[in-house]
Amino acid sequence: MFSETIELRGHIIDSLILPKVLDQILTRGANFKITEIKIGKKRADQSFARIEVSAQTSEELDELVLRLRQHGAETVERANVQLAKAPDDGVFPHDFYVTTNQQTFVRFDGKEIEVRPAMMDSAIALDRQKRAAHAVKFFDVSKGDEIVVGHQGIRVVPVQRSTSRTDVFQFINTTVDADEPKSAVIRELGQELRRAREAKGKIAIVGGPAIVRTGAGEHLERLIEMQYINRLFAGNAFAAYDVERALFGTSLGKNPDHAFAGGGHENHMRAINIIRECGGIAAAVQKKILTRGIMHACVKHKVDIVLTGSIRDEGPIPGVTTDVVEAQKIMREKLADVTHVLLLGTVQHSMAVASMLAPTVKTVCVDIDSAAVERAVEHQPLQSIGLVTDVEPFLRELADCLAKPKNAGREK
Amino acid sequence: MRELLLCPPDHYGIEYEINPWMSRERGAEVAVAQQQWKGLHETLLKLDCKIELIAPQPKLPDMVFTANAGLTVGKKFIPSNFRHKERAGEAPHFAKWMAEHGYEVHWLSSNLFFEGEGDALFGGDALFCGYKFRSDIQSHRAVGEMFGCLVISVELVDPRFYHLDTCFCPLPDGGAVWFPAAFDEYGQRAIREHVRDLIDVLPEEAAHFSCNAVVLDRDIVLPEGAPTLVATLKERGYRCHELPMTEFLKAGGACKCLTMFMPQREA
Repeated sequence: MFSETIELRGHIIDSLILPKVLDQILTRGANFKITEIKIGKKRADQSFARIEVSAQTSEELDELVLRLRQHGAETVERANVQLAKAPDDGVFPHDFYVTTNQQTFVRFDGKEIEVRPAMMDSAIALDRQKRAAHAVKFFDVSKGDEIVVGHQGIRVVPVQRSTSRTDVFQFINTTVDADEPKSAVIRELGQELRRAREAKGKIAIVGGPAIVRTGAGEHLERLIEMQYINRLFAGNAFAAYDVERALFGTSLGKNPDHAFAGGGHENHMRAINIIRECGGIAAAVQKKILTRGIMHACVKHKVDIVLTGSIRDEGPIPGVTTDVVEAQKIMREKLADVTHVLLLGTVQHSMAVASMLAPTVKTVCVDIDSAAVERAVEHQPLQSIGLVTDVEPFLRELADCLAKPKNAGREK
Repeated sequence: MRELLLCPPDHYGIEYEINPWMSRERGAEVAVAQQQWKGLHETLLKLDCKIELIAPQPKLPDMVFTANAGLTVGKKFIPSNFRHKERAGEAPHFAKWMAEHGYEVHWLSSNLFFEGEGDALFGGDALFCGYKFRSDIQSHRAVGEMFGCLVISVELVDPRFYHLDTCFCPLPDGGAVWFPAAFDEYGQRAIREHVRDLIDVLPEEAAHFSCNAVVLDRDIVLPEGAPTLVATLKERGYRCHELPMTEFLKAGGACKCLTMFMPQREA
């Protein structure tokens, strides 16, 4: 939202100028907040009101303010942002402004410019010619780029709690602990994902190897088959264990289908080798070598797979991005249009993704470790739910719920 | 005795077009205009007014409309800041005349348009001020601060009634004559809340500038063409003096536009 502060002075109550101005703001689809008001005590005393007017676009706001000026509204001059040049490639000037993931505006040349994207822990670069402001990381900045410094002329608009519809995300900072009931929450989540799919939202999964190792892969595959997943973010290990399970029945030597089954510790190495030999996961599916598992389901149902590497990786599997800076860029790009994210059984990867999300993205974090859940959801205080539980029962119940026809099994 | 300022129509004519009434093609009949102005002058004299005349100036044809000279309260005079450059030349003449006649001249900031008594009329203890076509609402605040009075600012929405005195005329009994459609709904509500007895003027009578009347206690001097309004006013005990004003209507003015009270209100 773009905003401007206006002031009204005079006999604005008796002349009905104040209600007229407020009505005009609302009828033109804008909003207002009266930040200060002083009503004259005696008949001849003048009154004063300071009003923050906000509109969806800068043009709408300009047009509205122009109309309000006719009724005596005066705009309050706000300070412009302060800028300093980047001293070197990849180096921000001292006192650079560090962004949050909330919607942010900078005032330049008397006008507000929205900083895009809303990205946490970045600096803001301002392009004078294009009158554009971008959130930039270290690697985005070149010597001489103009960077916002200090706090002057910056306006941050925190996401407001939705009041239009109550959904499962309405409770601030909700975490369902290990000893609390989860079925109702999972059912509500299922409804939310249904609505998201119908509204052509983009749902992403960030998955840890625990999904494969606990045997929850088949439930995730069902979600993929039902087209509830648009993107999969995972590490090399997730893919490696999944193809191992698909090719040999084990994941890191364990067979989830048999109690206390051991053996086959070398299977994951053989699996990685097979995929490398095929030239990648998609190629292995095409050659009918990889015929089951999560990766196979993703290829079959055109789920975008974003695999990134870590120091401990074996292989890696072809397609894994091992350059961390490059991986960040890809992840940010692939998260730009995502509306819902499920962070499942992976602490580091979840935190990395959560730090890149816009504050409006609805986030669910499931982990057996309550500390991991807390840390992953703290970036999305108004749009997140945490569940402290094993991912396997969570995914099983969610897939069961979504496999049922709409409205089936809802509590009366 | 009320003291009024008038300006003889020696240089009056339609020389430009700054309101919907004006048309250079349909100019005013000079002799008829002279006669109509004399009729007003004589009527006001008969009603026991003291009349001062300011010398008309060439190339300022609208100087005849002295209501737009400014606003006088007590011995303070606020000259107009005309919106149209065509009339801006009148202001120094009026200010000079008022200063020479013992009034304190208080100019408003030059960025505030204000057209004097044309847009500022006292009704009860409130000063009703019109805005949009000629005066700015910001000027009302400055005027209110200067005189320490309640100012009711009302938006004018019909360009034919571009000054407040073309559609609103306060009466000494606390009521007013008005043409409601000349105001936006907030202006209408504000007037209704502050004037207890309003006489609505019919659209066809309003078009004859019936609201543009000089009120001198129980005597009301107004243009011809408002039989319904005249009947209503007579019922309420007013004496109506109807004058032909056709030649001044061609410039968007009538009785009140040709007159400024000195002062409109005692301080």
